Amino acid sequence: MRRVYLDNSATTPVLPEVLEGMQPYFAEHFGNASSIHHHGQETRAAVESARESVAALLGCRAAEVVFTSGGTEADNLAIFGLVTEGDHVISSTVEHHAVLNACKHLESEGCEVTYVPVDGRGQVDPDDVRRSLRSNTKLVTIMMANNETGVLQPVDEIGRITAEADVYFHTDGVQAAGKVPVDVKQVGCDLLTISGHKIHAPQGVGALYVRKGTQLAPMLYGGRHERSRRAGTENVPGIVGLGKAAELARAGLDRGDDKKMASKRDRLERALMHVESTGVNGDGAPRVPNTTSIYVDFIEGEALVIALDLKGLAVSTGAACSSGAIEPSHVLTAMGMRAARARASVRFSLGKQNTDEEVDFAIGLVPETVARLRELSPVWGKAVVGR
Amino acid sequence: MEKRERMSSSTIAVAMSGGVDSSTVAAVLRAEGHTVVGLTMQLWNQRRLAGHDGMPEAVQGRCCSLDDVYDARQVAQTIGIPYYVVNHEERFEREVVRPFVQDYLSGRTPIPCSLCNNHLKFDQLLMVARQIGADTLATGHYARVEFDEDRGRWLLKRAADLAKDQTYFLFGLTQEQLSRTIFPLGGMSKPAVRELARKHGLALAEKPDSQEICFVPGGDYKRFLDTYLAEQGESLPDTSGELVTTDGRTIGEHRGIHNFTVGQRKGLGVATGTPLYVIQIKGDTGQVVVGSSQELYSKTLRARRLNLIAVEDLQERMWVTVKIRHRHEPAPALLEKTSDDELLVTFDQPQRAITPGQAAVFYDGEVVVGGGWIV
Repeated sequence: MRRVYLDNSATTPVLPEVLEGMQPYFAEHFGNASSIHHHGQETRAAVESARESVAALLGCRAAEVVFTSGGTEADNLAIFGLVTEGDHVISSTVEHHAVLNACKHLESEGCEVTYVPVDGRGQVDPDDVRRSLRSNTKLVTIMMANNETGVLQPVDEIGRITAEADVYFHTDGVQAAGKVPVDVKQVGCDLLTISGHKIHAPQGVGALYVRKGTQLAPMLYGGRHERSRRAGTENVPGIVGLGKAAELARAGLDRGDDKKMASKRDRLERALMHVESTGVNGDGAPRVPNTTSIYVDFIEGEALVIALDLKGLAVSTGAACSSGAIEPSHVLTAMGMRAARARASVRFSLGKQNTDEEVDFAIGLVPETVARLRELSPVWGKAVVGR
Repeated sequence: MEKRERMSSSTIAVAMSGGVDSSTVAAVLRAEGHTVVGLTMQLWNQRRLAGHDGMPEAVQGRCCSLDDVYDARQVAQTIGIPYYVVNHEERFEREVVRPFVQDYLSGRTPIPCSLCNNHLKFDQLLMVARQIGADTLATGHYARVEFDEDRGRWLLKRAADLAKDQTYFLFGLTQEQLSRTIFPLGGMSKPAVRELARKHGLALAEKPDSQEICFVPGGDYKRFLDTYLAEQGESLPDTSGELVTTDGRTIGEHRGIHNFTVGQRKGLGVATGTPLYVIQIKGDTGQVVVGSSQELYSKTLRARRLNLIAVEDLQERMWVTVKIRHRHEPAPALLEKTSDDELLVTFDQPQRAITPGQAAVFYDGEVVVGGGWIV
């Protein structure tokens, strides 16, 4: 069966150039990057070169990049590395669970967390952040781009507010990096998370930008790896892959690949909007160019995802981790959406590998699949009769 | 609803619970060359009640446990079929758990499995199956379904292995549902099913059968009521009242009618010379009527919320055999319609402990005529 993958916000395939770059670091250049000898020197050079590439993507210095096992670890390191009992934290209602559940844990440990709301388009109002500041506010952690809707948050403004207030600002840039230009100086953040597998590097590697001078306690105790910020022997092949992917992402943005991606996404979105009773979640807000989250009223998103998968199209109901969950998406409900519509939502997300023809495949498949689902749906039956 | 419609179906969805029976169904259909999709319903979140009074994690029920989903997924991988978990927790709570709680609080003894079959498995899951392109749903139930050309109706028949027969829980299926359902194990015995599971290389071939109500840990329904209501922020309503004898004497008090089921002997809290049994639970007055073993027997019952399978209607009186609980030998009885949705069942011989809330299922030999809920 032909298979088309449009779930790149969940994970992306490793690009051939990335895989090629990683290949020698499994069996040929296998040294421990901390070793004194030749083998260690080889891999140390590769790790530091990758660090330069990631720094170049984020507009920071190499020494400010800490490699981690992925986005979740980087988010946790930023939050637990800074916040201690009695501190106040400001976050938002639409964060990824890597941030949200870390904040929930802080609350159980004697910290207070304010979750600023979002509007109907999914955006935080920076003034809400300003108004939530307290004398004991230690950290503001608000994402750059939402994983379900792709909606971009006004992080530059939030960065100015936190700088004025002299409060740490962490932003989860997992869904933004590589898709839109990310410059830590422009954002004015102290910490920023990226994940390898969202930008065509392998799963199991990520990085945290930590502004020079930030007092960050480690979460893992061990050797003095990563300037004592993250103990543990480096995942050299993964780090090399992340470096290569960062280079490719940067080159792509320089070439204007994000515009091409947006036009593919927009074409898909327009076609899907021709299906009756559909809409774009986060419509009107600035969004990353690869994502469209749409609601298809009178169906269950879960059933649509399964039906499409059986016909060869991979999409998702939202966060990959939400599958089989009880509650409708916390992101969509935070945007004021009723539960039935949140459950009727499906996310399509493009990657660098997707062709125009693959978009056509989706455009051809989705309407007929939705029609079958609705034909058998009692709520659709009632809705049609009600007209 | 023609028979040929089923024959033309190319894709079969299998309701997979992670147990031996449904896993074997999936393996057999796959081996026969069908296009098979595995579906598991996520119906209840065991973690919800964990941590509430007296509900330690160690005794959580098995329903929709991660272990069962893991087992089902592993079977799907072993036999090479796509597999999905679909979430119907909200509907399960509304259509099965809530009525279960309400039944006990009203002095009835519920059967949640039948409600789940009617409202979830052969309704929601069948709908999802059809939506994703499967016209037929297969389950691991021990029962048989076939089309009777003469009557022009789909028939539900008892399993070849009468000890495993599950038709008692399936009496609510409509013609439409039956036309889209297959029970591949209907002609097999349990040992034969396990043998097939082994033959197909399924790791769970020796997994023990599940017996209890899936969402009630350890079968302790009283503790479940307590914890569920506490979790809902509701307190257990006061249904305490008198214990009275069949001739009207008050012999004691009880702490709530949900603690009783018809035929119960233990836990009455009164000591008398002769053994006493619960004869009747009066939901309106809170009285629990007790009496001797002989007084437990009665010749008639009324059934409502009927579903007829083998016949379209029951205008005439009909001799059948009737099963009044899962573990009950069908007993000869006469069916008489008393109103649009009520039947009077008169047994040849008095039956022990006819229990409101349970189903009465009518059989003509091995064919399920229909059934209703005992009031």
